[in-house]
Amino acid sequence: MGLGTGDRNRIAKRAAAEISDGMLVNLGIGIPSLVPNHLWDDHKVMFHAENGLVGIGSTPETGKEDAHLCNAGGLPITIRAGASYCDSTVAFGMIRRGRVDITILGALQVSQAGDLANWIVPGKRVPGMGGAMELAAKAKKVIVLMEHNDKAGMSKLVKTCTLPLTAPKCVHMIITELGVFSVTSEGLLLTDVFDTSSIEEIRNRTEASFTVSENIHKLKE
Amino acid sequence: MVENSFQKICRLEDVRHHFKDKQSILFGGFGGIGTPPGLINVILESGIKDLTLIGNDTGFPDIGIGKLVTRRRAKKVIVSHIGSNPNAGLLMNNGELEVEFCPQGTLVERIRAGGMGLGGILTDIGMEADIVRKGKQTVKLGKKNYLVESALTADIAIVYAEMADPYGNLLFDKSARNTNPIVAAAGQITIVEVRQIVPLGTLDPENIIVPGAFVDYIIPSKGVDWKWVWEQGIETE
Repeated sequence: MGLGTGDRNRIAKRAAAEISDGMLVNLGIGIPSLVPNHLWDDHKVMFHAENGLVGIGSTPETGKEDAHLCNAGGLPITIRAGASYCDSTVAFGMIRRGRVDITILGALQVSQAGDLANWIVPGKRVPGMGGAMELAAKAKKVIVLMEHNDKAGMSKLVKTCTLPLTAPKCVHMIITELGVFSVTSEGLLLTDVFDTSSIEEIRNRTEASFTVSENIHKLKE
Repeated sequence: MVENSFQKICRLEDVRHHFKDKQSILFGGFGGIGTPPGLINVILESGIKDLTLIGNDTGFPDIGIGKLVTRRRAKKVIVSHIGSNPNAGLLMNNGELEVEFCPQGTLVERIRAGGMGLGGILTDIGMEADIVRKGKQTVKLGKKNYLVESALTADIAIVYAEMADPYGNLLFDKSARNTNPIVAAAGQITIVEVRQIVPLGTLDPENIIVPGAFVDYIIPSKGVDWKWVWEQGIETE
């Protein structure tokens, strides 16, 4: 990931604004893991992990890690009041039954129809899908946080995904360091622009077709 | 001293003879957490090879099932993820290791189906993904199409639990539970490594996660002999 701390936190903060008390939320690795830092004090958001727990809290202090208390990425966590443990089948039951309100994850490509590609670059990088297919297909709302362009400068928001799909027509919202897009039945809609960017810059750096919302928000840092 | 009422409690040396070349082995654990460290070492020391390993992921190079993958003991793995163990990717790319990728939730349901004596499951996950769908039947129930995913069992299941009584009733510890209760039911032989063995009758029957009926052997654990990722300063991606 080539983005600096400022950009990463800007994206995470905007994603946090989509969350409200009482929601069950699953966070992917990378920028999504920064989202809880931008929630309000004493929030009532339950964070879900695929290995088998609901109610993730803050990161433990160094030296206070518990090897038996980790998230799906294998990193130490703590739990909050109201947390529960379960086995992995139950954790996925929550996902497939649509009990996860929001999943926030990274992507390699997102198409203007909301197709998601985030698990494989054939011949180059084949890590496996993990739980991404279930989360992408079944969470009520799928929010992608990603750098607007890849290392070669190519738009990651594309007309049609060239990489194998994680799930088709599943993404609801895309937040990049430039702005925020919603996937609507009429196509991509640019709803927010960070004040560090402009509609013109976004047009120049985006392959996918999109329209600009009449009520476009200027997002200040 | 806990009375060995069901003759299930034994030492690592006592189960070594069960491990053989070309076996299928189901393992509990998620990123190495909740994978039985003593049993992994017994498998390593026994020298067996050409194994089919079935579980959530291939761990890290020197953590959990990753130790067996790194030392080339597997000919095939059925997993959802290999990204945290670069050796698995290298061996896959040079043709030494066959990898069957399965979506995480589907994989654990296939293992559960095996453990519950069923033939398979129906799911719509991965219907549009060639790698998942390839070679599988689809079934129409009502108005929906589903993939038929076969059940998974194995010659041996290795499990890590926090606490057991002599019958093999099991309790787990926090997120180290993960796939262990599911794996415990799906082995022809199920061997559980536990941190603590308590006398019969001391566990509350309401709290038991895995009934001892699924457990064949119980082995006291000496704990892990690897450093966890956050202790090594490795960044997971």
